[in-house]
Amino acid sequence: MTVMNKIFKCHKISEGQAEGEVLFSKDGICFYLIDPKTGVVIQRNHSLFGKSVAGKILVFPNGTGSSVVQADGMYQLKMNHNEPKAMIVENADTTLVASSIIMDMPLVDKVEKSFKDEVKNKDLVRINATEGTIKLLRKEK
Amino acid sequence: MVELKKDEIDMLDGKYGKGTQTAMKIQVAIAEAFNAPYMVPISRAHVALSNQEADLWFVEKLVNQGATCRVRPTVNPSFNWKQMKRITTLDPIDEKIVKRTDAAYKKIGALMTYDCTPYLQLNVPKIDDVIAYSESSATPFVNSVYGARTNRESAQSALCAAVTGVVPYYGYLKEENRKGEVLVNVLPEMKSDFDFQLLGYVVPLKIGFKIPVFNFKNKPNKKSFSNASLMNLGAQMNTSGNVAIYHILGFTPEASTLEEAFQSNEVPETIDITQSDLDSVRDKISAPLGKIDFALFGCPHLTFEQIEKVVQIIKGKKLSVPLFIMSSDPTRRLCEQMGLLQEVQNAGGDIISNTCMDQPCWKFLYGKKGVTDSPKCAYYTRRRKMEFVITDLENAAYSALKGEVTDDRYE
Repeated sequence: MTVMNKIFKCHKISEGQAEGEVLFSKDGICFYLIDPKTGVVIQRNHSLFGKSVAGKILVFPNGTGSSVVQADGMYQLKMNHNEPKAMIVENADTTLVASSIIMDMPLVDKVEKSFKDEVKNKDLVRINATEGTIKLLRKEK
Repeated sequence: MVELKKDEIDMLDGKYGKGTQTAMKIQVAIAEAFNAPYMVPISRAHVALSNQEADLWFVEKLVNQGATCRVRPTVNPSFNWKQMKRITTLDPIDEKIVKRTDAAYKKIGALMTYDCTPYLQLNVPKIDDVIAYSESSATPFVNSVYGARTNRESAQSALCAAVTGVVPYYGYLKEENRKGEVLVNVLPEMKSDFDFQLLGYVVPLKIGFKIPVFNFKNKPNKKSFSNASLMNLGAQMNTSGNVAIYHILGFTPEASTLEEAFQSNEVPETIDITQSDLDSVRDKISAPLGKIDFALFGCPHLTFEQIEKVVQIIKGKKLSVPLFIMSSDPTRRLCEQMGLLQEVQNAGGDIISNTCMDQPCWKFLYGKKGVTDSPKCAYYTRRRKMEFVITDLENAAYSALKGEVTDDRYE
C-alpha cells in the first residue's frame, strides 16, 4: 500500500464529491440490469457480472439501454443505497447525463489519459466533480 | 458557459415558479456537460412515460413545484387498467401507481396518448423541426425518416424540454453530427418486416454506435418501405445498441446520394450484411422452438396494416393460446370500426391499447413461454422472467393457432 497525492484533471457533468475504491468496467453500463437490492450486475456476458457497484467509483466506457430504464435503474439503486459513489465515463450520452444530474450522482468525463495507466481496480481516489479533479490517494499494491 | 436569453434567465431565476426553475436548471447542466453554446426552441416533445419509480418520482416533483408544459408532449404507454381488468386481476398497488402517474402527467399538461409510435399518428414532425423526443425507438424514426432533429432524450430530459420549451443546442441537432459513418451493404432481399428486426439487432453488434448508411442492394423496390419495417429497424438498433439516427441511401431525406449521406466524397468504412448474419441473431436471442403458452405482439405498438395481416390468418378460427396485440388507441378504434377487433376477440385474442409489455399488468404470464415478433420485447422482459420464441409476425400468428412454434419462419 502506497500513499499518493497525484491529481488528474477531468470535466464536470454532474456536480458533487466522493471518495472511494475504483472499479473499472470494460463494458457499457445499463443500470436496469443491476440488482437494486445488492448492487450486483446481473447482465450475463458482462465484464462485471456478479460484482457489486455499490459504493464504488465506477469507471466505464458508456451507458446502454432505453431512455426509460437507465433513470429507473439508477433511482432504484439509490433508494436501496447501493449506487456507485461517483462515476467516470468515456462517452457520455444524454440519458446518462440527465439521469445523473437529476439523481445528484457525481459524474465526470474527459479524464486525463494517464489515469487509465496509473490507476487500477481497488485504488482509493477522491473525486471532486465540481472542480474537475480526481486525486489518487492510495495504491492497492 | 451556455449563453441564455432573457426569458431563459427568468426561468432559471424562478420567475415562472419553482417547477420551471428546476427543469431549466437541469437543462443548463446538460448544456454545460455537452458544451452547448445556447438554447433553441422546440416545436414538439414526446415523453417516455413508464410509471416506473423514477418516472413517477420526477413528474410528481415537477408538478408539486407547480410546473406546466409550454409544449404539450405526447406520452408512452403504461397499462390500460380498464381493458386489463377484463383479462387478469390487477395488483392494487400497480393500479394505484398507474393512476397516480396518469394524474401527474395530466396536471403538468401532457397529452395522454399512451403510445410508443407517436410519429405515425398524433405527433408527426416535419423536416428540420427541432424537437425533444424520448423513447429509444421513436428517436431514430423522427431523425432518420422525417429528417427532424432530436437528441436521444431521456424521459426526464424530454419532460424538462416540454416545460421550458427549449433544448440545449448540441449533438444531433447539428448538421455535422448527423453524417453517415459506415456504409452498410445489405445483401438479403429483405422481404418481410421481420428481416428489419433482425437487421436492426445485428448492425450495432458489427459497427458499434456509428451512424449507418444502409444500401439495400437486392431489395426489389428501393423506394418503398413499410412503416413497420422502419419502426422495427430503429427499435432493434436501440435494443442491442444506441443509434439515434440512420440513413437509407436514395430514400431518407438526408441521403439522396452517397455524398449527401456522408457529407463527403469519401466513404470512411464499408461492411456487408448477409442472410447468415440475420439468421445468427435469431439463433442467439430466441428461445428454442416448441410449445407456447401465449402470444404477445406490439413492441413497438403494431400498425393497422400489421394487425390486418394477423387477422387474415386467425379469422374464423380458434386460437390454442391467448393472443394479445398491443396498439395505439386510434389504431384499436379503427380496428373496432372495421370489424377487426371482433375477429380477434372471436378467435380468443384481444387488442389492448395504451399498454407496454414492460409493465406489471402481465404478471399472469411470468414464468411462461410465449411467441413474439420483437427482439426488444424478449430483451426487456428477461427481468420479468418471461421467455420468448422470436419469429416473423405471420409465423407467430400461425403458432398461436397451433399452440406451438414448429418452424423458423413462415414462407
